[in-house]
This record gives sequence, C-alpha cells and structure tokens, in this order.
Amino acid sequence: MKVSFRVNGKPASVDVAEDMPLLWILRDVLDLKGSKYGCGIGQCGACTVHVKGVATKSCQLPASKLAGADVTTIEGLSPDGSHALQKAWEEHDVPQCGYCQAGQIMAAAALLAKKPKPTDSDIDTAMNGNLCRCGTYLRIKAAIRSASGTTTTDAPSGGRSGQREEAHA
Amino acid sequence: MSALFGKHGKHGKHGKHGKHERHESRLPWVSSNTTPESDELVDSGRRSALKILGLGGLVLAVGPGGVRRLDAAALTAADPWNPHVYVKIADDGIVTILCHRSEMGQGIRTTMPMIIADEMEADWSNCRVEQADGEEKYGSQNTDGSTSIRAFLPQYREAGATVRALMEDAAAKEWGVAATEVKAEQHEVVHTATGRRKSFGSLVASARTMAMPARERLRIKSPAERRWQGKAMRSIDLVPVTTGKAVYGADVILPGMKVAMVVRPPVWGSKVVSVDDSAALKVPGVEKVVRIPESPIPGAFLPLGGVAVVAKNTWAAIRGREALKVTWDAGPHATYESKAYKAELEASVAKPGAPGYRTGDVAAALASGARTVKASYYMPHLSHAQMEPVAAIANVSNGKVEAWAPTQSPFDARNTLAQYLKVEPANVTVHVTLLGGAFGRKSKPDFVCEAAFLSREVGAPVRVQWTREDDVRNSYYHSVAAHRLEASLDASGKVTGWLHRSAYPTISSVFAPNLPGPTPDELINGASDVPWDIPNMSVEVCPAVAHVRIGWFRSVNAIHHGFAIGSFVDELAQAAGKDSAEFLLQLIGRDRVVDQSKNGMVEPPKDYYGAAWTDYPLDTVRAKNVVRTVMEKSGWGTKLPRGRGRGIAVHRSFLSYVAMVVEVEVLPDGTVLVPKATVAVDAGFVANPDRAKSQMEGALIMAMSNTLHSEISFAQGRVVQSNYRDYQVARMRAAPRTVDVHILQNEGMPGGIGEPGVPPACGAIANAIFAATGVRVRELPVGRQLAGWSTRATEDGSS
Ligand code: FES
Ligand code: FES
Repeated sequence: MKVSFRVNGKPASVDVAEDMPLLWILRDVLDLKGSKYGCGIGQCGACTVHVKGVATKSCQLPASKLAGADVTTIEGLSPDGSHALQKAWEEHDVPQCGYCQAGQIMAAAALLAKKPKPTDSDIDTAMNGNLCRCGTYLRIKAAIRSASGTTTTDAPSGGRSGQREEAHA
Repeated sequence: MSALFGKHGKHGKHGKHGKHERHESRLPWVSSNTTPESDELVDSGRRSALKILGLGGLVLAVGPGGVRRLDAAALTAADPWNPHVYVKIADDGIVTILCHRSEMGQGIRTTMPMIIADEMEADWSNCRVEQADGEEKYGSQNTDGSTSIRAFLPQYREAGATVRALMEDAAAKEWGVAATEVKAEQHEVVHTATGRRKSFGSLVASARTMAMPARERLRIKSPAERRWQGKAMRSIDLVPVTTGKAVYGADVILPGMKVAMVVRPPVWGSKVVSVDDSAALKVPGVEKVVRIPESPIPGAFLPLGGVAVVAKNTWAAIRGREALKVTWDAGPHATYESKAYKAELEASVAKPGAPGYRTGDVAAALASGARTVKASYYMPHLSHAQMEPVAAIANVSNGKVEAWAPTQSPFDARNTLAQYLKVEPANVTVHVTLLGGAFGRKSKPDFVCEAAFLSREVGAPVRVQWTREDDVRNSYYHSVAAHRLEASLDASGKVTGWLHRSAYPTISSVFAPNLPGPTPDELINGASDVPWDIPNMSVEVCPAVAHVRIGWFRSVNAIHHGFAIGSFVDELAQAAGKDSAEFLLQLIGRDRVVDQSKNGMVEPPKDYYGAAWTDYPLDTVRAKNVVRTVMEKSGWGTKLPRGRGRGIAVHRSFLSYVAMVVEVEVLPDGTVLVPKATVAVDAGFVANPDRAKSQMEGALIMAMSNTLHSEISFAQGRVVQSNYRDYQVARMRAAPRTVDVHILQNEGMPGGIGEPGVPPACGAIANAIFAATGVRVRELPVGRQLAGWSTRATEDGSS
C-alpha cells in the first residue's frame, strides 16, 4: 500500500506491505537506522519513536495505521544532539554498548515533554518498557534527573519489580 | 575517507553529495583527516593496518619485542612480526589509533586510545580512533575474558611513550639542543629554557628519519604525570550513540543488498526432512529460498544450517519465513528435558568427581568434624539476550569474501569463513562494527558464515538478521550447572574440610564430539582458586554431557561457581553461628600470597585467564580488603526490619577481587527488590575508573537477571522460551536505586573488569534473600519461589 506521513518534520511517502511495521519502514525503506530492532513484540523499547509526541514502539505500528502520522525518530530529536536529554546522557556517560539508548532517550523525551518534573514512579512507568541488557538503568535515571533539574522522590526501599511489559503500539 | 565500509566511501554508490551523505558522518570511527587513498587501496579486499590509517605521516606499531616505525613495505604478510597497536601522526598533527579490540560497551575504544594519548602527551581533541579489521597481524583480537587492558596495558603505554620520545628528540634536533632540555606537552614540544614550542604535526617529517629511541630510554609516566589514566574519560562514541548515528551490525547497507531469515534446527543436530516453499515464495518481496546444509554437530563456530528466505527487505523476510513449511527429523537430542537433566546433574555430583584442587584429606576431615554442612545448588541455562540480536552482512564475489559484523573475534570470524567457504583466509576481510551488547555470544561467528554462504548462493550482498526468537532459541547457551558442597566445622566454628563438586556441560563440547564432561582444570574459573584458608579441600568436576551448543557467557562458569560458593559460605556462617562478613574474613584467613598452581592444583591449569601465576598469585590481603570495604561502606551489621536483608559475598575471577553487599526487600508476594548494593573491586591498576564503575553497575544488574528472573529450559530438545516476554531480564522498575562502587585503585598488574562483578553478585543476592526471609534459595532463578514466604516456617527456625 502507499502511505504518506511525516518523519522528522519532512513528508515521507512509501509503498510497502500494509502490515510492515514502522520500524522496518524507517530502517529499510527510509534509511533511518537510529531506531533499533530488539524484540519485534513491543517488549524492549529499542525501536521507540514519537508519534505526535507520544513514545511509541515502532515495531508495533503497521503501515496501515500510519497515514498522516507525525513521527519523530532519534535522528530528528534535535538537529545536532543538543536536546537536554542528549546533553545529560553525555554528562553521565550513560551508554555502554549504546544499542538501547536511542529508544531510551526517545522514551525519556516523551516523558519530560508531558511531565517536566517527573517523580521516580513516573520515570519507572515511562521507562519500564525500555530494556537495557548492559544495565545502564541507574545512569539513565540520573540523566533524566539532570535534564529535568529534579532529584529523587523515592522511598528508601526502592522501586517495585515488574518484569513483563505489556505489548502496546 | 578511510572508510570502514569501502562501499560507502566517497567512491560508493551514493556519492559524497548524494542524498545519503550522512552515512559518512554516521561512522564514528571514520576520522576526517585521512589522506586520500589510491583506488588500489579502496578496492583491495584485505586491507592492512596501513591501508586503514592511510598513507603518509608517522606510523608506529608495537608488538612483542617493542616498537617499530612502519612504512607500507614493513607490513607484508611475509613479516612474521605481529604488532597489536598502531599509532599514526599525520602531517597535520592528527593522531589516529587503530583499535584492535571490539567495542561492546566496556569502553575499549575510549580507554585504549586514552592510555596511548596520555603517554604521548597528545591533545585528546586531536585524537581519532579507527577500528581494525580481522587480521592475523594483530594477534588474537578475541575480545573476551576481560582481557583488553590487562593483556595490553604495557604495550599501549610503550606505544605512547615512544611517540613522545620521538617528538622530543626531533624537536631537540631541530633546535640543536639536548633532548633533556625539551618536554612534550599537549601536542607540542616545549624548550623549557626559552619557552619555544613546536607542534607534533610540524615534527612528523623529522621524526620519520630520526633514530628510534632505545627501549631503555623510554620513560613511562609516573602516576603524578598522568593526565587521564586512572581518571575518568567519557566514551568517544557518546555523540554518535545519543544521536542515533552509531553503526551496529544491522546498520550496514550495501548496494543491492538482500535480507535473509533462516529457519534453523529446533533441536540440536536435527535435519531437514522436507521443505514446502510455495507459500513463502508468494510473499511479496521474497526472492528465493535457499537450503543451508546442516553442519555436523558439535559444529564449533559453524552455522547450524537450515532453510533461508532471501528477500528484498527485513519484513518480507520475516513474513516469508513465517510462510515457509519445514519439517525436521527428531534429531539426536530430542529427548533433552531440563527437568530430567537437572536430576542427572544432581546424581552426577552425588558421586566423586575428578579433582582439580586437593589439599589434605577431605574425607577424614568431613568424617571427624564437630559439625558438617551439606547443600546442593542449581542454575539453569542462560541466554545472553544482548539487545542487538546477531546480524551480519557479507558480499562474496570473485572468490573474495567481505563481511561486516558485530563480532567479538574478527580473526575467528575470518578463519571460520575461510574454512566454511573453502577459500584462503587472505581472500576474506572482516570489518568490525560496534557491538550492541555481546556478553560472549558474539565470539561465535556462525551468523557471519550464514551471511557469506547466502551471498555466494544468491550472488548479491546479504544481511542475515536474527530475530529475538532466533536469539533465544538457537544460541550458544550458558551451561546449566549443579553443585554439591560439603564442609566440616570444628567446635569453634572454623572450617576444617571443604568438598565442592561441580557438574555442567562444558564449552569444549562444541569443539569435540561426545565429551563426557568438563575437565578438572576448568575449575580455575572461580572454583579451584578460592581464597579460603582450609587445610583439607577437594574441588572436583563431575560428568555432564551437552545436548545443546554451550558457549561463553559473561563470567562463564564463575557465575554458577560464584552463586554456589557464595551461598554455601553464608550457610556455613549460619551453621557456625557467626556474622556472615566476619566469617568470610576468617575463612580467607592468614595474610598470604600463593601460587596455587604449585599449591593444591592437581595439575597446573592449561589456561590461567591467559596470564601467568607469577604475575597474578592469589593474594588474601586483597580479598580481605574488598570485603572490609563493602562492610564499612554498606552499613553492614546495622539492623533491618524483617523482609529486608543484606547479603555479602566475595569472589575472585579474571584476576580481580570483587566483594558485594546487596540489600534486598522481599515483598509478601515474593517479589525481590534490590534497593541498594555496595561493590568493592581490586583489579590492580584501573585505567578508566568510571567505565569500570559502569561495568560493575551492569554486572550487578545482569546478576539480578541471572539470579531472579532468567532461565532457558528445554522440552523435547527445544528451547521453551522465545522472547523477552518469557526470557525475562531486569527492567528499570526493578533496578537498584543505588549502586555504590569502590575501586581500590593501585599500581598493581591490571585484572579483568567486564566479568568479575557478576559471580559475587549472584551469591550476595541469594544471601540477602535469606537474611530478609529466612528462606534459602538453592535453585535459580528465584522467580516465584518466595511467594507467601512470610507465612512459611524458616529452615533454621529463626525469622
Ligand atoms: S523492537 Fe520494538 S519493542 Fe522491541
Ligand atoms: S547500553 Fe547496551 S543495551 Fe543498553
């Protein structure tokens, strides 16, 4: 099917299978490789982009639902890596392998856009769908704190476990 | 540009000013300064270090025996010298360092050049890193075993110090003054008396003709002179990563490239019986279905084989593969059942095994102890589940193979490709991309072979893309393991005898068929080299046959050894009625430095982490120091309410000493939270402490996954789990609030950093759960085992 939408402020028109997820449209058709494949089932968040400003797992959004969508990928978050979160990510030297980090930053950016001063539980909820197998969670949290100019709101006993991420688009 | 990806260089498809220009800026390791290449260099399949570094400038290489200045002629294959480290200063002063190790999050692409640049007094902003291809000239490039710094620190320093000396000599000569009167300082040489300065770049031409400084004259910086070593240095790949421009395996594009997905044997060694590709070929975008012959098992690094769907793009390949109907024979391991295998392992460790370490008379000690304690532990298979599933790109044409892969071992990839496709290694080039996590999975180049095989079959460049399901179901797995420990205590609570039996399918089983089990010298990976002061010990391996591909996983067998030993020591402390930490210190005992290969090892292990015992004897003072540090920093000994508890463990692996105190909170429903952990590590000299810290943070979180959540199990020879939904790993919500890492910095020989954090964490978490709940977890993962713990009677009667 032919579908037109916007990516990083520019119009995009593609002719793809109607069930092709946005992730593969971005990576294989539009040649935007910043969004990563990690699971394909909405469990890892490596593919996170914004659709109308909302953090969205691009592996779960088929072409058939894309018409007119306004998509932002990591490549379009800021023209030169100057988003407050990108700067905070540098300040805390967050990434290890880095593979999950585009998705992490996009999830965090959508959170801050909605909640400029998030609580710990806001951060947990917003970021729980973004896996980092290298285990950079502490630094991700610290970087979100820096970028939002906040400090922890946490009870001393720490967070709550929740292993499964419900798949969502 | 000196393109890592030749096809994307300025001679590539899109052209420098084409619409895909940003490809260039996306390659973090491509420096902007390199001199133009001739077409010969661009087209050459096998590029030497000099080709990557470009022509001109001053190039030095360091290898066994010292440093040499290189010109193109010096790097022929006929020269048997294998330097590992290459440094170039171009005429404009830009320094380019060739990174011969793979970057997978440990930070080597930053730490290695940082050490060299520090020693040479370079200005960091004038330094670039290029990634080396797979090439025997570099010696082993296998980025595993937490080896990079500990094996190469002296060479990195020597490389830098040589450049510094050459620059100083060249300046002194130009000024006509003694070399002692000048000093290199941040990319310049200064004449101390007059303050005159010459830039490194301006000295390159004379440095090219100067006599090389004698090795004895080289001055490695003293700790006070170091600018960056031992301090923090941020990753050089930070901006490419945070802007989405960093290039991982699947991000490489070649003109005309196809994408392939492979249906692989569901059971190790099963073979295709029939293929019906009619529906698959009807999927739009699917171009071809190709059989990949099954490699005879065990198969080492060769691909499993199966049936590939080759398509225009990834989604078509995914859909095509779903439509493909493949039937398989049962295969030789179709009876592999994790439940039954666990019982088998437990039966195996019930009987005496082959000792790797033996002192005194353990049977007599166990028979005569005032008290004996026995316990069994079990840990299932694990999968690396690195965030980037393996993917590789290959282009095979005219008998030449060129591959791009996130590989930990480009040299193994190259040789395996040569063997698999029956071509000369000289005709194989392997380029290394960034690795999106690896943890041992990417030491095995089976996936690179798949790409090359398919490229040859379809006559076009091919990317093989593994899905997460492929990764979970067709990987090389961390060994499942069972342990039996027995100890005797005297009346005062001192341990007099220690029997440890370990059974697990060995990694060697992928290289040789029908191995009965591990060999005693494998126990060196965290079981036979324990720092205990116990007069009677026997550490044994017991038989365990492999039914699936077994492979290295971060910390390897030290993971289950660390869990079993760390837990058992805590059980002994309870039995002795002592504080767990004090008991640990007592167990380590007297201050001593021991070469265990001569004291207790039944045979000196063939491989001691690739190091020499004389360089890295066991030092109990270091073991006690890390324990004392975590005791002090964690608030050890202060009271916590029921449901919360602290656990402690110490473990030495990869030549480093790590102690941890982990604090857990166990909710009534059995959920385990880890609010806080305190880590102390003595890894000798730590070049980049902040990266070491991040490795410890990551190790703890990986150990949380290993201990609390993750399990690969088999039913009818097939992996039960499929994706992150059922192969669970730690998420943000479960992450500790604080991980307090203390690096006991010293000038000692460097130890490993990437791996040794995992093993003590597994034990410490289990011990903390016991402290919190009175429930001793002896089988991992913890999973739902603790549900309703608060209403259960505890094993020791206490609460
Ligand atoms: S790839 Fe989309 S959530 Fe994992
Ligand atoms: S940094 Fe490696 S997966 Fe997050």
